Amino acid sequence: MSKTFKIGGIHPSDSKLSRGAAIEVFGLPQTVTIPVAQHIGAPAVTCVAKGDQVKTGQVIATAAGFVSSNIHSSVSGVVTSVDDVPDAGGMRRKAVTIQVEGDQWAEGIDRSDKLMSSVTLSAKEIVEKITAAGIVGMGGATFPTHVKLSIPPGKKAECLIINGVECEPYLTSDHRVMLERSEELLVGVQILCKALGVEKAYIGIEKNKPDAIAHLKGLVSKYPGVEVVPLKVQYPQGGEKQLIDAVVGRQVPSGALPIEVGAVVQNVGTALAVYEAVQKNKPLIERVVTVTGKSVKTPANYLVRIGTPIEALIERSGGVPDDCEKIVNGGPMMGRALSNPTAPVTKGTSGILLMRTKEARRPAATTCISCAKCVAVCPMGLEPYLIYKLACKTMLAEAEEHRATDCIECGSCSYACPAALPLLDRIRLAKAGVMKIARERAIKQK
Amino acid sequence: MEKKLIISPSPHIHGVDKTSRLMRDVVIALLPAFAVSVVVYGVNALVVTGLSVVSCVLFEFLIQRYLLRGPLTINNWSAVLTGLLLAFNLPGTLPAWQIVMGCFVAIAVAKMPFGGLGRNLFNPALVGRVFLLISFPVQMTSFAPVTRAATDAMSGATPLAFVKEALKKGMGLDQIMPDLPSYSDMLFGFRSGSLGEIAALALIVGFIYLLWRKVITWHIPVFVIGTMTAFSGILHLADQAHYISPLFHLMAGGTLLGAIYMATDYVTSPMNTRGMLIYGVGIGLITILIRVFGAYPEGMSFAILIMNATVPLINKYVKPRRFGLAPAKR
Amino acid sequence: MSLLLSTILTLCVLGVLSAVILYVVARKFKVYEDPRIDEAEAMLPGANCGGCGFPGCRGLAGALVKEDDISALFCPVGGAGVMTAVAVYLGKAAPEREPQVAVVRCGGSCGNRPRTNTFDGASSCAVMSSLYAGDTACSHGCLGKGDCVVVCNFDAIFVNPETGLPEVDEERCTACGACVKACPKGVIELRRKGPKGRRVFVSCISKDKGAISRKACNVSCIACTKCQKVCAFEAITIENSLAYIDSNKCKLCRKCAPECPTRAIREVNFPPRLVRVAESEAKVGTKAEVVDVEPENK
Repeated sequence: MSKTFKIGGIHPSDSKLSRGAAIEVFGLPQTVTIPVAQHIGAPAVTCVAKGDQVKTGQVIATAAGFVSSNIHSSVSGVVTSVDDVPDAGGMRRKAVTIQVEGDQWAEGIDRSDKLMSSVTLSAKEIVEKITAAGIVGMGGATFPTHVKLSIPPGKKAECLIINGVECEPYLTSDHRVMLERSEELLVGVQILCKALGVEKAYIGIEKNKPDAIAHLKGLVSKYPGVEVVPLKVQYPQGGEKQLIDAVVGRQVPSGALPIEVGAVVQNVGTALAVYEAVQKNKPLIERVVTVTGKSVKTPANYLVRIGTPIEALIERSGGVPDDCEKIVNGGPMMGRALSNPTAPVTKGTSGILLMRTKEARRPAATTCISCAKCVAVCPMGLEPYLIYKLACKTMLAEAEEHRATDCIECGSCSYACPAALPLLDRIRLAKAGVMKIARERAIKQK
Repeated sequence: MEKKLIISPSPHIHGVDKTSRLMRDVVIALLPAFAVSVVVYGVNALVVTGLSVVSCVLFEFLIQRYLLRGPLTINNWSAVLTGLLLAFNLPGTLPAWQIVMGCFVAIAVAKMPFGGLGRNLFNPALVGRVFLLISFPVQMTSFAPVTRAATDAMSGATPLAFVKEALKKGMGLDQIMPDLPSYSDMLFGFRSGSLGEIAALALIVGFIYLLWRKVITWHIPVFVIGTMTAFSGILHLADQAHYISPLFHLMAGGTLLGAIYMATDYVTSPMNTRGMLIYGVGIGLITILIRVFGAYPEGMSFAILIMNATVPLINKYVKPRRFGLAPAKR
Repeated sequence: MSLLLSTILTLCVLGVLSAVILYVVARKFKVYEDPRIDEAEAMLPGANCGGCGFPGCRGLAGALVKEDDISALFCPVGGAGVMTAVAVYLGKAAPEREPQVAVVRCGGSCGNRPRTNTFDGASSCAVMSSLYAGDTACSHGCLGKGDCVVVCNFDAIFVNPETGLPEVDEERCTACGACVKACPKGVIELRRKGPKGRRVFVSCISKDKGAISRKACNVSCIACTKCQKVCAFEAITIENSLAYIDSNKCKLCRKCAPECPTRAIREVNFPPRLVRVAESEAKVGTKAEVVDVEPENK
């Protein structure tokens, strides 16, 4: 029996079409649009103005507070505007648009391929560098990494878990990073261990990536304390709480953070970014993005500068196929459908999925037949059918009682529902409503 | 871009399960048992089953179309399934008008007034059966004799009824043992009983199919059968002369049909495994209680209906195992 | 005989015992409640809509009895009539409030605001709004999924299938405010009903810059300030590229509406008026004509 999480879970077809496509450097676009809010927390404050010359890697917006992140220019050129532009969902948000001119990098960035494996900095210096480099969780949650690395007083980290699960169907960017950037990744893991002051790091990888497991297993002997943990394929194993349960068998208590059980989880892409930031002084200005879909001509993994229009990536992979009716930013389970393909790639964009018409449309919803499949698959042990019904009637107090806030929005319930009810749509609403009430209550109590 | 993109919240993919597919799978799983009943009871089985299925679908269609005026739901196969299950619970000799009446009760009383599929409190097929059993006890318990040398003596009484009768007369089990159908006969369907319950093996084949297709989980059938085995086993060990063996309880009567196909009805069973445990154990206990100590020889239908009534309560108070609520271990 | 007697006796004893228990319990756990609360509740409409800010009519009744100064309490459904009646009964000064009505401030019908994508999720404005900007290029306006219709207790609001926009039935609307709270975009506002129901308001809430909102929708406010300039009562303010008419200052002179180049200002329940044809048409050469303009026309 291989390891996995204990409650619920589903097994969608993994459809990793771009599994074998090596990471391809996308190159420079003509313009980039870099939003100031690419992370959870306060949007960064711009420090450039229209007409300014910027270099690659230069800070263009500074973190506004602790839970926030620096934003760097991913190209060199001229700032053409600092204005509200429509994001992938059509909402207007502040972004810096830069016209690309050449590729001049800011001083101090080491662009060579040489592996720098010796970690000389102290934990504090490492966290400072990560903060400066604007690194956020690259699995899609985009939580600022330096916040995760700052252990709250009274708590102690015992182990680091690297998320190489990539349980979302279609996506392969982490898989390719593990294969092609393995040494850098492992140094990144060691840096993270040092920053946290832990001895032990696990890299959790699902068994549908046997090449990555074998490759990393062959390398870890050089890196003491790092262990590769093969995991049974099951969605949503990449969920932070599920991964901790799968790898070390501890369940994060309801409403608490992973540090409660002594674990810190970081994504593979984040570990690579940490290596580049700490060893090479390179801020987070590019990332690996999978472009895929059943009818995409050439599914691929691109190394893309942040701010490149999503449209350009699709164009490189053969353009939008005729039968494509939905474009998803991220994976098919948790990604967001986008209405504006001109929106840029951001720090959290792990993949672009082009779905065909027959996949894009949801099946027509019928009535709940109490089959309990949603309860069986819920990885948090909730009762989705019940929260759904409560949400439809906006009975938020009851929804809170039934732990709507524990929902991780993995979508397993909607996936499994034979009546095709939009369970998660409503549950998400209930969760947001309950959290709002809870916040108001907390303010009142103060 | 000319084409309008579709936007919807995640997830963007959906599993293969559909209500109609699940219902159709249960119907498919029942086909082996149906085949056995046709072999054993001949054309009667065909007529009863056909009439039952057709009238259930027709009643649902009429009610949906002319009373509720909602979208048609007969294409989700649930009415077919109700008709099939009801027929499986009837003797092959039942008059046609009684069958139609049973279907009417199943659909028009037990199912549609609650709002149709998904909202009914009791298993419709069982309500139909119990209604018929109480209204027409004679017709409902007289079965055509199964012609096979060894079972001639039974003259159409089900094994359970035969045992009950004998015990009432003060006979010991050892006296009647030779007259009971052998276990292999019960496995292959050579015994008296309702259409669908006679062939244990066919029902088990269907169970395996349902498990393979992930239509149902193993929980409820195993809890029901486990409880029945344990309870009847204890009784049997205590007094072998008056309490028949657990294996007989499992093979005879509607145990398998009930545990696999009726107790697992989605709508009327609990929503999580803990609830299923209570529900399954309850069904097992009540069935044996009725069979051994009650007036009726068979108690599966009553047991399921009684436990159906407790399901809303179970769902309210028995919650699934939550993530992160177990005592933290470090 | 003895069987009969013992049965009767047992029953009698049981009955007396139960009566005693019930009596004791009733006395011990009796909660005193001001009888006026019941009376006041009976006077209220009994819709339990929550428009007053209390969970139900009884909540408001309790507050009305308890508070000395009830000027802050008001039942929008019953209106001034009911409030006066309750106030008279309680011997307090009746709160006064002008009748209000829910107003949908969006003119982005299917014709005015082309759809740019198809929404395929749960049919709910809240779901849609939490996901993205909406199925048009305007990220502020009505989403048309009818969350307001669902919450309305009085069947006073419905989505017109032709325009895709909600419309308020003024006769039925009680201004309870449920739709205002339900609308995730804040499209609906409670406004002064006005004399004979006459109102002038800006039917747009787009805070986008003029060029952007105009591109998304034919009838958006582009903050051109023309209305503000013509208003003699300083009732119109422009903030975040959006004009707003203060219903307390507006004297219903209707000067602003014809000025609006996008027809975003709507005037309702006015008699048809005689207006000069817009300048552009006049320029074509015909002499100024006088035509009827339907006030409801968008």
